[in-house]
Parts: sequence; structure tokens; C-alpha cells
Amino acid sequence: MRLIRFDDWASPVPPVRREVRSATPELDEGKPPVLFVPGFGHGAWAFAEFWLEHAAGRGFPAHAVSPRGHGGSGTAPKASLRAYAHDVVQAAASLPRQVVLVGHGAGALVVERALARYPARAAVLAAPVLGGWATFGAAVRRNPGGTLPAIFGGRLRLSRRQLFSREVPDAVAKGYVGRLGRASARAQWQLLLHRAPEPAVGDPPVLVVGSPDDRVVPPSALTSAARRYGGAPLLFPGMGHDLMLDARWREPIDAILDWLEKGGS
Amino acid sequence: MTTSTDHDSATLWRDGRPVYDRGETVCVVGAGPSGLVAIKNLREHGFGVDCYERETGVGGGWNWRHDRSPVYGSAHLISSKPFTQFPDFPMPDDWPDYPHHSQVLSYLERYADHFDLRPHVWFGTEVVKVEPADGMRWDVTTRSTGGYGAERTHRYAAVVVANGHNWSPNLPAYEGLDDFKGRVVHSSAYKDPAELRGKRVLVIGGGNTGCDIAVEAAQQASRCWHSTRRGYWYAPKYLLGRPADQFHDAILRLRLPLRLRQWLLQRTLRLAVGDLRRFGMRRPDHKVFETHPIVNSQLIYHVGHGGIAPVPDIRRFRQYSVELTDGTEVEPDVVIAATGYRPRFEFLAPEALAATPEGRPRLHLHAFSRRHPTLAVAGLVESDSGLLPLVHWQTVAIARWLRLREAAPQRAGEFWTGAVAKEADRRWTGAKVQDTPRHWFEVSHVDYLRALQKMIDGLAGARA
Repeated sequence: MRLIRFDDWASPVPPVRREVRSATPELDEGKPPVLFVPGFGHGAWAFAEFWLEHAAGRGFPAHAVSPRGHGGSGTAPKASLRAYAHDVVQAAASLPRQVVLVGHGAGALVVERALARYPARAAVLAAPVLGGWATFGAAVRRNPGGTLPAIFGGRLRLSRRQLFSREVPDAVAKGYVGRLGRASARAQWQLLLHRAPEPAVGDPPVLVVGSPDDRVVPPSALTSAARRYGGAPLLFPGMGHDLMLDARWREPIDAILDWLEKGGS
Repeated sequence: MTTSTDHDSATLWRDGRPVYDRGETVCVVGAGPSGLVAIKNLREHGFGVDCYERETGVGGGWNWRHDRSPVYGSAHLISSKPFTQFPDFPMPDDWPDYPHHSQVLSYLERYADHFDLRPHVWFGTEVVKVEPADGMRWDVTTRSTGGYGAERTHRYAAVVVANGHNWSPNLPAYEGLDDFKGRVVHSSAYKDPAELRGKRVLVIGGGNTGCDIAVEAAQQASRCWHSTRRGYWYAPKYLLGRPADQFHDAILRLRLPLRLRQWLLQRTLRLAVGDLRRFGMRRPDHKVFETHPIVNSQLIYHVGHGGIAPVPDIRRFRQYSVELTDGTEVEPDVVIAATGYRPRFEFLAPEALAATPEGRPRLHLHAFSRRHPTLAVAGLVESDSGLLPLVHWQTVAIARWLRLREAAPQRAGEFWTGAVAKEADRRWTGAKVQDTPRHWFEVSHVDYLRALQKMIDGLAGARA
């Protein structure tokens, strides 16, 4: 735990307009709010597609935030991981009760950083892209044309085949891919080179979910991520990287909410 | 969750009254910012908490509805947001750099709701006595605020005192004060600048409150004298386009030697603010950082516009006038004494805090009683930044210390003798701070947090 935080004190992250999309249950059952954090290129819309309504239907107030430069949030071409984490913490602290953070893809990397600045009730890392060379290697092998430009500050392009299983109709998948934006060049580089996150405050339980057939996150990365938090990953074979948009989106979100109900939170 | 005391059976007795045993629960005195963060961090570390609050709401001094609240209508923060917010619950991005006091209250209320702290607070209940009991435990006697109803005593594993130190006014015994026919008000009772409209006003005190009130008087009163004991450094709220404390920390992080930092900042202030003697103010008799920082952009402005006449210290009061140390006399209708507050712990025997004859508690890191390992005080510091982050880490250290005591009593004992009992009184300031009654618990946020970091790391190490 680091008490001296000159970064936070001397150069606070500048505010930017922030998009938060929400679906709340009709009746407040006292369940904790869940805040979804999309990965690079995605915005809050990715969760607004299915997961928000579904979580609200099960009694959880559900929210999704677009980190700056993503979705409907303000532009931020020079944003760093720290700025994204700031957006997540701001969104979390603006909700009436202690929240559960759910980060997808590189959003999990952002959530890890947010956990050091906000005592979440629990955290879920879904298909977490926590960076490192193994993930980079896999991406280069599968999609060199979309990955290599990112080294030079270009946009990291993920293909339809990396993100979705074959169960998603081509037209729909194309539609999603068309909506993807980009993270800042700096944040993309930080995927490869970043300091380890500070330890989470408040000791929240952490769940890792993913798919062994994910073409972005290799299974070994899932296992090692889960091991860091003292558990094993919860796996959904046959699904692509974008668990929340894939044809069988219902299974992972139900598993996450079950875990929360069972006292993960 | 707090269990109702009705379920407890009283098997213990003290002074002929039953004592209800609350087991491993920790008692927190006060639900102001320090009390709230104590509840939150103790809960986060797995403790049951009973908090007693004499008022009916949270926020302590920041809640202007409370009769002991020192805030006045225009009070704004002196430290900017990053230095004021809890490190794990930021203030909203769309708030200004220096929020108004009502925003601070709503922030504290949101904090209490967000972390669900209110169920642990017994509102309208004041603490009458806190006495040591067997086994390093504490008997806490409470009653309804105002003295109604019977007193009840509960026994706790530990007590965290968070009763604040800005509520008991300090009014110096000026000679002739009783004969003075004008109105004398302590700043704690001052709320609204309308009280000053058209009056001749003397404001005593060069602290942040005194300067704020002098500025209001400059706009409302027909005349305003501002009396200070010495010349001070007046930092503006913004320096080089950013909040002054953020600028200061940008220098601090360079880890320059103190002398160089003092020179640099004095140089900057001279460039930005100018030579104060031009305004008829005295030259500071000390270096910057040696007194609690005064941050006010408007004071010099109003002195420059003739709205405020800076004058020296008070020598004595007369029937219709006030004599100053330079021999001049001023004739105010209203005197506002912004002469500060004194910490008070009337429910606790002075020995418990090893207090000096003047009533200054002598605590390890201004927080831990050296005599009683299960007694701690939260928030008894004045810092060159905001208080809330410091109290946050204080209460984290307290919670971790109590956890270690419970989990590994022997290692906790070793830690205590090594880290706490031995360490002499220290001041966590870089500069040699003036030795006046308001400065004994002055700390520099970086030095103090480094010391807390060492303790928290030490506790983690002892636990492993």
C-alpha cells in the first residue's frame, strides 16, 4: 500500500465528460450495484446490448461506464491507464452504494488499477487482457495486420474471428466490429509495458471468467490471472473474447450474478 | 451489523451499575469525518463497531446544523480536492477545486451512505465517560444528548476517539475584556456576513478563518481592522495556474532540501504576491512552512483596496476602544475573535492520553496512546494539506494494529515495545514549526504519511 501519492496530489487527472449507461431494477432489493468496464475500443454500449438489462432483471442495479475516448465519453487522445482508472473510480463513487466492478478485456487491467483507489465490494475480471508478451505474441500470430500497427501508435484492430464465436451471424458481428473505437496510443503501449498495479484496497473477492476458445486471451493467461487472486477461472467453452456480445452471452453473466448472490460480494 | 443491546446480558458491574459486554466490538466516539472513516476502516478490517454521536446527523463540524459546528456561511476548503478527499472515495470531477462547506457535508453524507455506515451510529447519544476496564478493555458510559435519560455502560475491546478539535473555542483572557461595551464574538459563533453590515469591525487572528472573516468584513462592514500577532506568509489559492497546494507538491516530489524549498517558495510568493510591507503589513518573522499555511487570495486584494487595515496584536480592551501593541487605539462596534479552538476530551482522564499539564495529549503518531494499546485518537492533527487523507491512513493503521493484537498477541507486544513505546515524541514537520499552542500538532502531510507508511508496513511485516 502506497500512502505517498504525488501523482494524485500534484497532477490530478483532468475531468472529461463521462458516459454512464444504466439499467436499474424496478424494485430495489438491496443488491449491490454492478459497474461494467469495457475493454479497449469498446464502450458502455457493449454492455447495454444484453448484460445491463439482464442484471437489472435479476435485481442488480447495473451500470456501464465508457472510459474517456471510448463510446460516448469525451475525447482523450493522450489518456493513460491511470486516467481510465480514474473514470471508473469516479463512476463507482457516484453510485449510492458500494459497487461490484466488472472489467472485460483490457477493462480488467483498468479495474485492477481502480481497485487500488476504491474499495469495491467485489471484482470480476472477464476475459482479462492484463497485457504482457504472451498475449501480444498470440495477437500477432492470429492477426498481425491488426496488431503490429499498434506498436507504432496505430489503432489496435481486433477481427471478427478474434472477438466472436461462429454462432454470431456474420452481419451482426460485422456490426459490432464497426462500432469499435480505439484506445489512446499511450494506453495501448501500456498494455505491454506497465507497472504492476498497487494492491487492491479493502481486500475484495475477485472472480476470473473467460473462455478457453478465446482468441485474444490464451487459457494460460486466464489461469495465471485467477491464480493471482487465489482461485481458478470459471470457463465457458466455445465462446469468443466478447463474452457480453457472443451468442451465449447469458451464461457468463448468470454465473457472475450467481457468484455475487452466493456471497462473492 | 450492530446488534441491539437488549440482547446482551449484563453480568458485569461497575459502580453499582450493570455493564453490557460488547465483546470484540470497537467503540468510536463521534461521527464527524474522522469518526466515519474510523467506522469504515474498522468494518473493512472485520470489526464490529458502535459509534456514538451527540448530534442527530453525520458530518460533525462540517454539518452547519450542529450547534458545535464552527463553519460560517462562506467557508470554502483551504486545500484543493486531491488533498481533501478520502484516498479511496474521490470527490466528483464536476466539483470546483475548492468546494464549499455544504459540498463537504454532502460528500460526508454520501460517504456514510455509500459504505452503509449509519446503522453503526447511535445518534443523539453522547459519551460521558470512557474508563479503562480489566483486560485492556474499556467501559464507555453514554446517555442521551442533553442529559436526558439514564446512563448506560458498555464494555468494548477498544476505543477510537474522534471527537474533533475544532469545537471548543479558545478566547484569550485579554485585559479589560469584561469592561468592553462593544460586541465580542468568537468566530465559532459567527455565521453570516450580514451581522457585519455597516459596522466597524475588528477581526483578531491571522489564521485562515480570521483572514476569511476579514475579507467578508471588507465587503460588508464600514471599517475593518485585522489584528495579527506577527507577519505571515499569505499564499494565494492559485499559483502558476493551478491550485497552490498542487504546485507545492509538484516541488515537494523533487525531494529538494528544505532550505532550498523554502527559498524557492518564498521567492515564488514574493514574485506572485509581492512585498507585504508595501501594504502596511509586517514582514514575516519566520520562514515559510514554519506556521500553519494561510491560503487566501482575497486578503491582500482587499488590503490593497483599503477595505482592510492590518494592525498589530491587542494590548488591552477599554470601555469603548481597543488598544494595540503599537499604542494606537481603534474603536470597533464588533470584535470577532478568530482565535482558534482547543482540543478537549472531557470524558477521558488526562492520564489515559498522557496529557501534559497544558492538556496536550502525548500520543504516538498523534494517534496511539502509549499507555493503553487499545485506545487511539483519530484526527488530532493539523496539516499543511487536508485532514481527511491523514485520518484515513491513521484509522487504517489503528485497524491493522487492533487486528494484529487479536491475531498474534505476542508479536503485537513485540511490535509495540519496538515501534511505539520506545519512540520519543516527534514532530512530523520538515521545518522548525513555531512553538505556539496552535502548532503543537502541526504536521507536514508528506513527513507524517511517511511515518504512517512505516507503521502500516511494520504491522504487515509483524503479521506475516
